Amino acid sequence: MTIDSVRGAPGSGELADSELVQLLTPEGERVDHPDYPLDITAEEVRGLYRDLVTVRRIDLEAVALTRQGELGIWASLLGQEAAQIGSGRALTGNDMVFPTYREHAVAYCRNVEPLKLLGLFRGVNHGGWDPKEHGFHLYTIVIGSQTLHATGYAMGIQRDGVLGSDKAGATIAYFGDGATSQGDVNESFVFASVFNAPVVFFCQNNQWAISEPLEKQSRIPLYKRAQGFGFPGVRVDGNDVLACLAVTRKSLAHARDGQGPTLIEAYTYRMGAHTTTDDPTRYRLKAEEEAWKAKDPIERVKKYLVKEGEADQAFFDEVEAEAKKMATELRKACLALPDPEPLAIFEHAYAEPHPLLTEEQEQFAAYLASFEEEGTAR
Amino acid sequence: MTERKQFKLPDVGEGLTEAEIVKWHVKPGDQVEVNQTIVEIETAKAVVELPCPFEGTVGELMVEEGQTVDVGVPIISVDVAPDGSEPAAPSASAAADTSEDLVPQADEPGVVQPEQPKRQPVLVGYGVKPGATKRRARKQASPPPPSSPSPAPAAPAAAQAARPAPTAGGAGTATRSYPQVVDNGLPLAKPPVRKMAKDLGVDLATITGTGPRGSITREDVQQALAAPAAAPVAAPGVQAGAPAAAAGVREERIAVRGVRKATANAMVASAFTAPHVTEFVQVDVTRTVEAVRRLRDLPEFADVKISPLLLVAKALLTAVARYPMVNSTWVDAPNPSNGTSGGGAEIVVKHYVNLGIAAATERGLIVPNVKDAHTLSLPGLARALAELTATARSGKATPADLTGGTISITNVGVFGVDTGTPILTPGESAILCIGQIRDMPWVHEGELAIRKVTTLALSFDHRVIDGELGSKVLRDVGAMLEDPLHFLAWT
Repeated sequence: MTIDSVRGAPGSGELADSELVQLLTPEGERVDHPDYPLDITAEEVRGLYRDLVTVRRIDLEAVALTRQGELGIWASLLGQEAAQIGSGRALTGNDMVFPTYREHAVAYCRNVEPLKLLGLFRGVNHGGWDPKEHGFHLYTIVIGSQTLHATGYAMGIQRDGVLGSDKAGATIAYFGDGATSQGDVNESFVFASVFNAPVVFFCQNNQWAISEPLEKQSRIPLYKRAQGFGFPGVRVDGNDVLACLAVTRKSLAHARDGQGPTLIEAYTYRMGAHTTTDDPTRYRLKAEEEAWKAKDPIERVKKYLVKEGEADQAFFDEVEAEAKKMATELRKACLALPDPEPLAIFEHAYAEPHPLLTEEQEQFAAYLASFEEEGTAR
Repeated sequence: MTERKQFKLPDVGEGLTEAEIVKWHVKPGDQVEVNQTIVEIETAKAVVELPCPFEGTVGELMVEEGQTVDVGVPIISVDVAPDGSEPAAPSASAAADTSEDLVPQADEPGVVQPEQPKRQPVLVGYGVKPGATKRRARKQASPPPPSSPSPAPAAPAAAQAARPAPTAGGAGTATRSYPQVVDNGLPLAKPPVRKMAKDLGVDLATITGTGPRGSITREDVQQALAAPAAAPVAAPGVQAGAPAAAAGVREERIAVRGVRKATANAMVASAFTAPHVTEFVQVDVTRTVEAVRRLRDLPEFADVKISPLLLVAKALLTAVARYPMVNSTWVDAPNPSNGTSGGGAEIVVKHYVNLGIAAATERGLIVPNVKDAHTLSLPGLARALAELTATARSGKATPADLTGGTISITNVGVFGVDTGTPILTPGESAILCIGQIRDMPWVHEGELAIRKVTTLALSFDHRVIDGELGSKVLRDVGAMLEDPLHFLAWT
């Protein structure tokens, strides 16, 4: 009761800050921003719309599968699609992503099969994708530690001497508003700043660190923290896919050119629970969710396309049907995922053979072999 | 031709073992689609809606609303068209899931399974399926368990000698063999079993274990609970001097959870952070009782039941308007959201009133509040109070109803007592208590008369409110109830 009674209307979405970069209003109006011009074709906007709908549908299916006991847990991205698709589509092949456990849409942009993500939360793999191949690191469950990895990796790119060339890449570290209170995140800000590392810190401020509201995390808007560390910070409308695309694109280019890090605060809202084990009705009010519903990231793109006459109902229906088909197939494939072989646990721990691990592996194999055969071999 | 499939209660939240069926959204005969919401369940963590994993026709609802069931128990059956688009037999693991895995597996011949637990809760999923983890027999050639499964002792390689020797002499095997008897007088049982026994009020000392090395299993505890009369027979001697337990238990242990736990935490937090002061005043409320009777006849109150509590609430609201400080919160650290700086504590004075009314419900004490009660007209307040109590009694109060209160009223009069010393709702600085209204001898207009009298008590947080302010608030509330004309004078 103390918490609710002492704070005003948190995250009601009313943003007095005029520095919010927005290119597409919730009403679907295209607006310009002097620092972030964006040339984009109708075809590209339709593509972004398709991405947004598809990842939302995948996410929905994963939540349902969790509710049916088929996944152990799932962190829904509902409401954060634009922040993830916008930033994800700004990446190029040389860039490297360091995600949290909620970046399903960024994974999608990096061509990581959604089934691999489901496998992780079904407990049949430890990630399952090759981070190098996709430029997408494994999900990090520990809050904020991936910002250190991203900074270190970026310093590696810097030492490769490729910045400013065609081969230049940057890293992007995803994290939430809650992670900004972590030591790791602040340490990585210090390192990135003083070494001028090519890293983009992409903070999805979804207003809630599980049940802890933003005003218990910071006295100032998060993007302003960057100034204290000595690099630029920008706040972007996280529910505006175009703005997220433009801002991330510029920050990545900045990093690849050797001009150092940027903090992007994508101002958005977690429409669902923190994870499927959380019940947000216990700590936040329905009215707050309703206020954010009006800022839905998908609706505004739809409104824009309709208004501009760039898409008709047939297009929307087709996208919907495709997404549904994909979800149905994903469900089937998920239920058919085989349990891993017991010895598979030894496979990816070290890049090269490790004597102690090899010994343990042999012992475990001997143990498994010590049982009577059960009909055919296991 | 259809196939009947069962949906078993999943663990929807990392290691939950049971849930209560709150509401069915479908009935037998209904068509259902994949992911259609079929039921609402309440776990220890949350109320969640479960989506249906099948497409077909609902066959049977296997659990009634209000029932609590264990994870893994089938709750609904659905008739699914064979070879439908649905995952008919998606995988070995899922296919085995239809229903047979709940039937206890017969022990395999030759397998020693001293402890045969049923489904064990684990961190995620359905829990361990007995069927899926049934043990194969170890090969006879394999040495019996007490010797180390590690082949290491036979290979004293140089590399191994360099390490801290794990197999020094016979110590390696000695640590692996279990002592026959643990001679500390304590019964052997795993921590979850101890917890279960404690929760159920079963004394482990009275149970003879049937598990490995005589340890006590869940089943032993459950059996002891089912046959309590047999329990005291075990452990003779220990009980010497204790009178034999008559029929019925002498003590009972009730697990503290839910509203009881929340209430306990809130009360402890409040009692040990806010220094409470309680003041009392006796008041002749004959005129208030009369006023309420007359209000009932007014058309504005035709559709709502009112009681003197309405005027008590109005009186408190009026007093808050006169003394806003009473409607405030002590905050130890400055509130980051308002951007103020400085290190000290703050008093947050609210210029709105969310009026809490303590209500005794089946689930226990809850204090839902009327939002922005200060803006309501008297009929509006009457309706809000009626609605609030009805919602609370029916157990449907939402978290929003229960949070954000600024000041509270507790009516202990309904229990037939004169007064109490209420404990503050955490985060609030005052709570008004009203006792029963009863006929008492009273000096009225200079003469002894029989009047309707009650006792008001006001507890307040002395960090925020001094005796003077608290007294003024209590006195004014009393004055308004003694003569409702004061309402006109002060509003």
